[in-house]
Formats: sequence, C-alpha cells, structure tokens
Amino acid sequence: MDDFYQQNILDHSRHPRNSGRLDHPSVSREEMNPLCGDKLHIDLQIDDGVVTAVGFTGRGCAISQAAASMLTEEIKGKSVAEVRALSKDDVLGLLGIPIGYTRLKCALLGLKAIKVGVYNLADEEFDDDELF
Amino acid sequence: MTQMIAPQFDLERIRADFPILHQQVHGHPLAYLDSTASSQKPALVIDAMNDFYRRTNANVHRGVYQLSEQATEAMEQARAKIARFIGARSVREIIFTRNTTESINLVAHAWGRANLRPGDRILLTEMEHHSNLVPWQIVAQATGAELLFIPVDGTGRLALDGLDRLLTERTKLVALTHMSNVLGTINPVKVIAAAAKQVGALVLVDGAQSVPHFPVDVGELGIDFLAFSGHKMCGPTGVGVLWGRKPLLQAMPPFLGGGSMIRSVGLRSSSWNDLPHKFEAGTPAIAEAIGLGYAVDYLASVGMDAIHQAEQQLTQYAVERLQGIDGLTLYGPAVAERGGVLSFNLAGVHAHDVAAVLDQQGVAVRAGHHCCQPLMELLDAPATARASFYLYTTPAEIDQLVRGLEKCKAIFG
Repeated sequence: MDDFYQQNILDHSRHPRNSGRLDHPSVSREEMNPLCGDKLHIDLQIDDGVVTAVGFTGRGCAISQAAASMLTEEIKGKSVAEVRALSKDDVLGLLGIPIGYTRLKCALLGLKAIKVGVYNLADEEFDDDELF
Repeated sequence: MTQMIAPQFDLERIRADFPILHQQVHGHPLAYLDSTASSQKPALVIDAMNDFYRRTNANVHRGVYQLSEQATEAMEQARAKIARFIGARSVREIIFTRNTTESINLVAHAWGRANLRPGDRILLTEMEHHSNLVPWQIVAQATGAELLFIPVDGTGRLALDGLDRLLTERTKLVALTHMSNVLGTINPVKVIAAAAKQVGALVLVDGAQSVPHFPVDVGELGIDFLAFSGHKMCGPTGVGVLWGRKPLLQAMPPFLGGGSMIRSVGLRSSSWNDLPHKFEAGTPAIAEAIGLGYAVDYLASVGMDAIHQAEQQLTQYAVERLQGIDGLTLYGPAVAERGGVLSFNLAGVHAHDVAAVLDQQGVAVRAGHHCCQPLMELLDAPATARASFYLYTTPAEIDQLVRGLEKCKAIFG
C-alpha cells in the first residue's frame, strides 16, 4: 500500500491545485462516479484556443481527486487541441501507479469532465468509449 | 462419412472437449441431437466457471479489493470478447441479460413503451419463437401499436414478395428470427434490414439460433438490435446478450431499476448510469458471463465458418437419410437455405412417442410445438420431432437416429 498511495498522490488529494470556481468560465462540467460517490466540478477558461485558467472542486477518493488535480496543472497553458488529445494513458502516466479495472473510473473522472467540457465547447459530443 | 467434413475440422478432437458426450444412455452411446434447445459445454467453459468460484468469486463493479478487481476484469474481458465475436463497434453495446427472451423483452419494454404510439406498426414473421412474439403482443396492447406478419410459404421460407406492402412509414420496428428453431430456415436478414431502413424502421434480430452456428456481424447485417443466449453457444444457462447500436441504447429509458444501473439516487427520482450498466440492474450472472467469454473463445478457435460448413455437410447427409424413410415428413426448405435443425413426423406416430422410442435407443431429440404454436398451426402439425446438430454431432449419430426411427416404425407399424 505504501507504494500505492505515494507522497505526490496524497499531496494532490489533500491540497488540490487550482482549487475553487472561476467567475466567468468558458465551460463548466460536473462528473460523478456512481461506484463510490466521487464527484468533481471543473471550470475552464479558454482564450484564443488556449486554456488560461482552471477551477477545480470535488470530493471523493484520493485517486480521483489527485488525478483531477494533476490534470488541472497539466492542461493550463495547453491548446484546446492538445487537451482534446489527452488520453487514458496520459492520466495513468501522471499518477505513475498501477490502476486496476474498478479504480480506473476514479482515476479518469477528471479527464472525463475536462474532455466532455472541451468537446461541448465545440458543440460536439465526447464519445467516452476511449475511457473504457 | 468423416471424409465429408472439412479437413481442418477435427471432429474427434472437438468431441473430446465435451465431457458429457461420452456416456451411455439406456445401454446405447448418447446421441445428443437437441442442441437447438441447449448446447453442451466444453471442459474449457466448465473449468473456467469452477475456477472462478474457487479462486476469484466476488461481486463486480463495487469493491476495490483484489478479488473484486479480478472478478470485474474477468467479466469485462468476456464482454470485450463477445463484442469482437459479433463485430460490435463498442464493448458498451454489449448488455448482459439472462437469455434471448430477456434481451427481447428489454427492447420491447424500454424502447417500445417509450417510442410506440397508437397506429404504429411492428412487423414480425409467422415463424417467430414465442420469445419474439409475446413481448410484442404485450407492448402492442399497452401502446396501441399493431402487429403485422411476414407470411411463411409452403417450403418454410419467408414470403417476401409482399414485403413492400407490409413495410410502410408506420412501421417502427421489424423483429425477426435469423434462423427458425423449427424449420432451420436461415432468413435473408440483410435484405429485409435494408428494406426496413427504406421506411425508417429499426430492425431487431433474434440470433438465438444463428450466433451459435455461423458468423454473425451486426455491422454487415445492417441491424439495430441482436439478441442471443449463452447456453445455445457452448456457454452456461443464465446469461444472454443484447447488442444494440449505442445511440439507440443511450436514448432508451432503463428496463429494470435497482443497483448498478444508477448514477445518482434521490428519494423521489434518480439518474441513470452509463452504458452498459444502465441496463444491468442488480448483481449480474458473473461466473456465467465469464463462462460465455470462454465459450466465445472456443467457438472462435474452431472457426465459425468451419462450424457452419461442417453443419451444412452433416445436414445434407441427415436430410438424405431421413428422406429415405418411408412415411416420414420432413419440414422446411432445402439444405442451402437452412441450418442443422430438422423437424419431422412419422405417419401415424405422435412426435412424443417418436422421441420416447428414440430415447430408449440413446437418441435425444425434442418433441412438441417448440415454442412456436402459430407456425405449427401453419404446418398443420400439433407437434413435430426435431433433431438438431452442432459442431460435435457425428454422421454416426445420424445413423443411430435413423435406426431408432426404423425401430419406431416397427413398434407402431
């Protein structure tokens, strides 16, 4: 267990980065995981096709909250195209620990919120098959 | 006879995979000729399920402990195998149910009640199993929709010359069997589906007899829903599948309510989980789903084309042998248009008596109306005896059937 809950995961889950809500987000998205009740809200501010600010609030397990927190850092300054291209493997890479099938949904909840958000912004539907 | 079988198809090796086949019944070697009712299971499937209960059993999609993780992963692997097997574009289009019947009821109740209005039409065929007839009767009664039927001609095939008149703008759904469980008729689903699309109707296919016996690719058929059962395709009872096109499944309200199928629940209302979980309320048949995954592995390893070819050859042989019996009426179309299901009657002997005499000779066949009472009316037969084949059926078993029928004639003649 020691190597599962590594220091950076505990740190991110206790002190989520980009915590709070944005005043005028370009897009907002809430996602929840019915398995364990994880819930999170992500605001994105996008200027000239670049993510300039991120707001993140949520409650849930350390994995879901840490992964989302790491992602908020990852996407800031990235273009919308780059954010759209983020994959399951990118999140697993950020976490750096093996994630089993049932925890995958926790780990990918933040990514799902962000991807649905940027797709909705372009009036497109995000096919979340790639997160399965 | 063995030279008739395709060379890569090793019948003896296949039979060795099925422990149940190697036994005596009433002093004769068992000739199991009732695979249309339920197929036998290879050791691989039996072992996989035993192994699951001995080493991995836990509930799925709930726990984060190792056993639950492993159980969940095994079940989801089975889902992925089944998706590949029928050419589904997404694993999430695979809904685990109890059987074909429940799969069809799911569509009838979830899609039907939400979409059918008075005067809408559902087009069925006269050769449907009760499982693809009664659910539509119930839904038609509840919604005011009408049922229409593609007729069956004298050779046991669908009479498609009037299809244009049967399909109208009011037709919302065409639901038909891919292969008749009585006549063995293989229906031209692709042609009918294309015609249905012309009027904007959805197409549901009862694949209970097709998916186990020949290659079925949902995309190639151009259909919207496919229902089939695990136990007829070398898998266990208690698990079946509904495949549906994702946008349709996403738009449909749930069928059964309960655990797993929800996203969030309040005291007075709830919201639904993502596919496929939205349609999988309660603890599923976990070991059975895993067993079905192994059954699919097994069938794929033999090859669905090879299985179909072997069954065609065996059916040709069986038709020739049965036609040589005086006083025997064989129902259904020519071998090229049918699968390995032969319904017949012996003049002057009730089908139940035929089956009882055959049982004494170690031959297991079905006798009765085969859950197709309207079709039996059409055939003007209160019952038939039915011999059906699968990948493990041998020409020697056909010979045993023919000897049993001669015995039957001697007793009642």
